[in-house]
Amino acid sequence: MATIKNTLKFDWIIILLFLSLVSIGWVNIYSASYTQSGGSFFDFSNIYTKQLLWICLSFILIVFILALEAKFYERFSSIIYLVSLITLLGLYIFGNNVNGATSWYLIGPASIQPSEFAKAATALALAKYVSDIQTNMNAFKDQLKAFLILALPAIFIIPQPDPGSALIYVAFIFPLYREGLHFVYLLLGFFAAALFVGTLVVGAPWIGLFVALITIGIFLRNKKQKKKPSIFKYATIALACISFAFSVSYIFNNVFEQRHRDRFNIVLGKEIDTKGIGYNTNQSEIAIGSGGWFGKGWTQGTQTKGNFVPEQHTDYIFSTVGEEWGFIGSLGVVILFIFLIIRVLVLAEQQKSQFARVYGYSVGAILFFHFFINVGMVTGLFPTVGIPLPFFSYGGSGLWGFTILLFIFVRLDASNYYYT
Amino acid sequence: MRKFLLLFIVLVTALVFTGRLFYLQIYDTSFAKLSENNAVKTVYDFPQRGYIFDRNGSLLVQNQPSYDVMVIPREVKDLDTVAFCELLHISKEKFLKKLATAKRYSPRLASPIIPQLTKQEYASLSEKIHKHRGFFIQKRSLRDYEVSHSANVLGYIREVDQNIIDRNPAYELGEIIGMTGIEKQYEQILRGTKGVKYIQKDRFNRDIGAYKDGIFDTLPKRGKDITLTIDAALQAYGEKLFTNKRGGIVAIEPSSGEILSLVTAPYYDPGLLVGRERSENFTKLYYDTIAIPLFDRGLKAEYPPGSPFKTLTALIAMQENVVSLDEKIECRGGYYYGKRGRKLGCHEHKSPVNLQGGIAKSCNTYFCTVYKRVIEKYNTPQQGIDNWRGHLTSFGLGNYLGYDLPAGSKGKIPSSKTYNAKYPNNNWYATATISNAIGQGEVLLTPIQMANFTAAIANRGWWVRPHMIKNIQDHDTIAKAFEYKNKTSIDPKYFEPIIEGMHDVYRDGTASFLEIPDIEICGKTGTAENFKKINGSVKQLTDHSVFVAFAPKDNPKIAIAVFVENGYWGARWAGRIASLMIEKYIKGEITRTDMEAFVLNGSLEEEYNKPYAGKPFKINQ
Repeated sequence: MATIKNTLKFDWIIILLFLSLVSIGWVNIYSASYTQSGGSFFDFSNIYTKQLLWICLSFILIVFILALEAKFYERFSSIIYLVSLITLLGLYIFGNNVNGATSWYLIGPASIQPSEFAKAATALALAKYVSDIQTNMNAFKDQLKAFLILALPAIFIIPQPDPGSALIYVAFIFPLYREGLHFVYLLLGFFAAALFVGTLVVGAPWIGLFVALITIGIFLRNKKQKKKPSIFKYATIALACISFAFSVSYIFNNVFEQRHRDRFNIVLGKEIDTKGIGYNTNQSEIAIGSGGWFGKGWTQGTQTKGNFVPEQHTDYIFSTVGEEWGFIGSLGVVILFIFLIIRVLVLAEQQKSQFARVYGYSVGAILFFHFFINVGMVTGLFPTVGIPLPFFSYGGSGLWGFTILLFIFVRLDASNYYYT
Repeated sequence: MRKFLLLFIVLVTALVFTGRLFYLQIYDTSFAKLSENNAVKTVYDFPQRGYIFDRNGSLLVQNQPSYDVMVIPREVKDLDTVAFCELLHISKEKFLKKLATAKRYSPRLASPIIPQLTKQEYASLSEKIHKHRGFFIQKRSLRDYEVSHSANVLGYIREVDQNIIDRNPAYELGEIIGMTGIEKQYEQILRGTKGVKYIQKDRFNRDIGAYKDGIFDTLPKRGKDITLTIDAALQAYGEKLFTNKRGGIVAIEPSSGEILSLVTAPYYDPGLLVGRERSENFTKLYYDTIAIPLFDRGLKAEYPPGSPFKTLTALIAMQENVVSLDEKIECRGGYYYGKRGRKLGCHEHKSPVNLQGGIAKSCNTYFCTVYKRVIEKYNTPQQGIDNWRGHLTSFGLGNYLGYDLPAGSKGKIPSSKTYNAKYPNNNWYATATISNAIGQGEVLLTPIQMANFTAAIANRGWWVRPHMIKNIQDHDTIAKAFEYKNKTSIDPKYFEPIIEGMHDVYRDGTASFLEIPDIEICGKTGTAENFKKINGSVKQLTDHSVFVAFAPKDNPKIAIAVFVENGYWGARWAGRIASLMIEKYIKGEITRTDMEAFVLNGSLEEEYNKPYAGKPFKINQ
C-alpha cells in the first residue's frame, strides 16, 4: 500500500554542496577575469557579472524544476529527449559559429548551447527506457536500443564539432552496467574512447603499433604460461582495434572539413599550443604548482592575472583554485566534488523507482566524468580535452545544464517515499 | 559489485588527484619558481660603482655613462638585418651570432647585443633605434680612469658572462664584475646594490603594471668609494722610471704596512680596457707571452733574492748566537767547502770583515760561514734547516703575505723535506744548501716579500701585513689584520748592527754613488743569477738587478724593493731606481737630474731581445 505524504523532503546536503560549488566557482571566475582597469561591478560585459546573473537565474530555474511533479519528468522524458535532439539538429540550420564550432543559438544578447541540456534529456530518456518493464538489459536488441538513445545526441554533437561534449556520453555506460549490462561493454566503451582520443592525439600508425605490441606481448605471456591462446582470437581483436584507429583517422582527415579538424585540434590542445607541445597544460601546471600549501590568496595569482593559462575562466578554472588557494583550497574543492558525486550515487541506490535510480546514476556518472576529465587535464594527468568543470566553469548554458541535471534528481529523490 | 564499481572509481580518482596536487604544489617546488619567471618581469637598475682615490685623496677612477644596445629576441620583428648592421657598424655574421646567444640566454629577457657605445655612436643611434622592433638602448655606467698608470693595482672590470652567472647567481647579464686587482678584491664594496623593479606581465608579454603595486621594488644603491694607500705621484714616477725595462717595484710604509707603490713593468694604460676596443686590446695584452704585461711582477714573480737576503742570514746568525758582532772572518776570494775543496766565489774587497763590514761589502764568505754554523748548531742538518726556515717565515716569507690583492705567489723557503726529497737516504749536510746563505740556491722571493722583510728590518723586528686599503666610505676601520704587528723571531737588539751595515752600503759600500743628499738611507744591493727556459732548453741570461732599501734610517717612511730583469748588478738599475723613488717620496722632487735622465733613457730592450734573436749572445755585459 502506498502511503502518500503531502510534504516533500529535499536532500539539503546536495543543495548545500551545489551552493558551495557555485559560489566558490564564481569567486574564482571573478579572480580569473577581473582587471584593474575594468569597469564597474554591474557592467554586464564583465565575465564575472554575467556569471553572477546566470547563477541568480539558475535559482529561479531550480524553483521551477522543484515545483513540477516528479511524475512529469518520467512521463515527458521522451518528448524532452526528442526536443533536445531537434535543437541539436537545428544547429546545423540556425546555429551560430563561435570559436569554430556551430554549437550555439544566438538569441539576442544571449547564446545557448543545446549540447549542455542534451545530457539531462538523454539521462531522462535512458532512465525511462531502461526502467520499462519490457526492457531486458541482457537482450542484444534492447542493448542496441539503449545505445542508440546515447549515441544519437553524441553523433549529432561530434560534427558541430564538439568532441569533448560527445565524449561525455561514454559516462552512460555506468548506469547501464549498474542495470545489468555485461562488464565487457564497460571495457569496450573505455577502450574505444581511449583509442579515439589516442588516435587523434598521436596518430593512427602509432596507436596501431602500440596495439600490435601489446597484443603480441599478452599473447606471448599467455603462451609461456601454457594457456594455449588462440592466435585467431588475438589477431581479430588487434585487427579490430587497429582498423578502428585507422577509420577514426580516415574520417577525421577525409570526411571532416578543415574547420572541423581545427576545432578538434583546439579541444585536444594541439592548436593553441603555439609555444611547443603542452603549452596549456604546462602553464596550468605551473599555476597550480606555484600555489604551495595555502596559495597566493584571492586575486593574487600572478599566473592567473597574467592570463598565462588560456581559457582560464572556462575549462582551466581549476588552475586558478590551485594557484590562489593552494593545496588546501584545491583539495577542498576536490573533496566537495567527490562528496557531491558520492551523495548522488548513494541516493540513487536508495531510490525505489528504477527510473529515479537510473537517472540518479546517470547524473553521478556525468558529473564524475566531467570532474575526472577536467581536473585530470588541468593537472596534466590526461591529454587536453576541452570540457567544463561542472558548476565552476564560466558559461550560462553549462551552469544551467548541470543545474537542471542535478535538480531533476533532487526532485525525483524528494518523492522517493511516495512509493513505499 | 555492480553497485560499488563507480563509487570505487570515484574514490580512487579522489586519491589520485590528491596525490597529483600534493606533487605539484608541495613536493615539486620547481613549478613555484617558474611561475615567478613567467608572469613577473624583473627589470634591474644597475648602480654606479664606487670611486677609487689614492692616499692623498686624488681621484684615480670614476665612472662615465655608457650606452648598450639591448635586444629582446622574441620581440624582434621584420628586421632589416643589413641596414641594422650598417647602423651598428658590425658584420652580419657577428650580429647573427650575438642574436643567437641572446636568444639562448632568454627569448623573453633583454640581453646586450652591442655593449659600450661611444657618445657619438649613441647620438646617431638613439634617433633611429626605435624603428627596429625588439631593440633599445640602455644606459649604464662604465669606468673612467683619471690616471694612465696603476693598471695592475686597479685591475679591470668586465661584463659578466654565463659562466660567472652560473657560479654566482647574484649577477645578472649585463652587470659588471671586477676581474683583477682592487676591482676584484673590493668587488662587494665597489659594486653597490642594484635596484629591482618587478613588473606584472600578461601572456603576450605585455606589461600590465607594477607587481603587487611595487612593494618588492628596490632602488639602486651606489657602490662605496674606497681610498687606497697608493701614492699616485710615486706610482706614476715608478712606471716612468721603468720605461723600456721589465721588473717591479714594491714600496711599503714600514710603520703601517701601507703599500705606497706597486709597479710592474711592462705596464699599460688602464683606459685600454674600457670601451669597445676593450676586447681587442685585452687580446693583445693577453697573448704577449714574452713581455707578459698582465703578469704582476711585484706580487707574482718569484726571483732568487740574491744579496739582500744576506741581511736575514746575519740576523739569524746573531739570534742563534753563532757569531759575535766583532768576529772577523777572512775572505780569500771565496768560500771553500766540501771534501773536494769546492769554492763559492766572492768579489774583491778588503778582508777580513766583521758583520757590519760583511753587509757593506756583501762578502759571500762571511755569510756562508755563519750560515753553516746556524745549520750545524743542531744535531742534524734537518733540524738546523727547519729552525732556520722558522726564522724566515716569521718575516712572512715562504707563504702568501695575506695582502688585499687577488694575486700572488708563495715564493719558496726550503725545508728539510726539500732536501730529503732531493738527496737519497736523507744523506745531506749544511754545505749542500750553502747557496741559501747568499739568497741563491733554493730560496725564491717575490718583490713584495722582499719589501716586507726590508720593512721588518726598518721597524727593528716587526711588520704589519702589507695592504692597499686605507679607507672605505662609511666604514670606520679597516680589517684588524692590517693593523696587527707581526713580531719576527729575532730580538730587536740585533737589528741595529744590520741597519748600520745597510747604511754603510750607501756610505762606502756597493751603492756609494747612490747616496741621497740630506737623507739617511739604508739599502742592500743584489745580483741574482737568471736561468730561463727558452724554446725548450734552459739558458743562463744576464743577471737580474736587485735592490732593497729603506729611509730615513730612523723613523723610516718608506721601505722599497726593486727588481729589474736582466739589469745585471744591483746598483746599476735597481739601486738607481730605488734611490730615485725614495727621494721622490720623501722630498717630493728630484735633485739628481743626471741620474734620473740616465734611468729614463736607459733601455734594456736589446737585452730582452737577445735570446729571441736566434744568434749566440753574451751575457752580463
